[in-house]
Amino acid sequence: MEITTRSLWTLVHGMGFGALYLLACSGAIVLLYLRFSTDAESKASPAKDRFLGIYLTVMAALAWLAVLTGTYIIYPWYRATAPAGTSDLAGFPRALLLSHPATKQWHLIGMEWKEHIAWLVPIAITMAAFIAIKYARDLRNHPQLRYALHGFVITSLFAAGVAGFFGAMLSKNAPVDGGPTIQLVQGEKP
Amino acid sequence: MSVQTPIATEVSPVISDPTVIPNGSGAAAILSAGIGSFAVALFAIAADKSAFVKDLLAFYKPTGALSGETTVAILLWLAAWAILNWRWRMRNVSLRGVNLIALVLLGLSLLLTFPPVSDLF
Repeated sequence: MEITTRSLWTLVHGMGFGALYLLACSGAIVLLYLRFSTDAESKASPAKDRFLGIYLTVMAALAWLAVLTGTYIIYPWYRATAPAGTSDLAGFPRALLLSHPATKQWHLIGMEWKEHIAWLVPIAITMAAFIAIKYARDLRNHPQLRYALHGFVITSLFAAGVAGFFGAMLSKNAPVDGGPTIQLVQGEKP
Repeated sequence: MSVQTPIATEVSPVISDPTVIPNGSGAAAILSAGIGSFAVALFAIAADKSAFVKDLLAFYKPTGALSGETTVAILLWLAAWAILNWRWRMRNVSLRGVNLIALVLLGLSLLLTFPPVSDLF
């Protein structure tokens, strides 16, 4: 059982940072709702406020790691230009997608949207983490800050969902693969 | 009231309580996040429409213009955040107005990064 370094990085980016962010985001929406519902206010504590701040900060770290690995590690492999005359485009995902009418929209719409919309996520969630830490318990006195917090977290879920969906579909149609191989498990000899 | 800014058209009752943290820092973070998001979309369109801008924004060649589009947008976001926070940190501003502007900018960013929409320009 083996994996190429490019595949490994794609896994780290998509499954490690991206998917974990999506999971955490749905958790954050529930957490924000429970934390600021009328009933929960009476049970609020500094520890719960601190937890919300830490939770959103970890989400911000995941978002930054996802966009930075995506933009600076995986994207260059994705958009690498194939040498003239190359017939096997397997190592050039962008060129491979653009070479077929049935797949070229995955790049023209999918990748073009994904590469930009993903960057809205760390901006939105860093802001949310800052507000959760700065205001903590005092957020109960600022309903408009809470509305903004909810709005930006929900929007970041949408943006991360779009990026994740197209990431998965692009990997399915033209996977980023290649580079040195890492052997995970030694196979038995037949 | 001296604590109001031009955008502060509405005063929340909570500001009379001195123990409540002024909302200015939060407002600065929210509005600058809207500005930063909008900047991502704006630079993406600019690089797509102009070969000159595209070349200018190719800070890191293997990534192309995306490196510059996002770097400049992030710097703009952080600068806007720093300036707004410096101006508003001790004040209470109208968060309703700030939220509206920020969410409109965020909504526009989602829309303008969508290629069929950005291709209209």
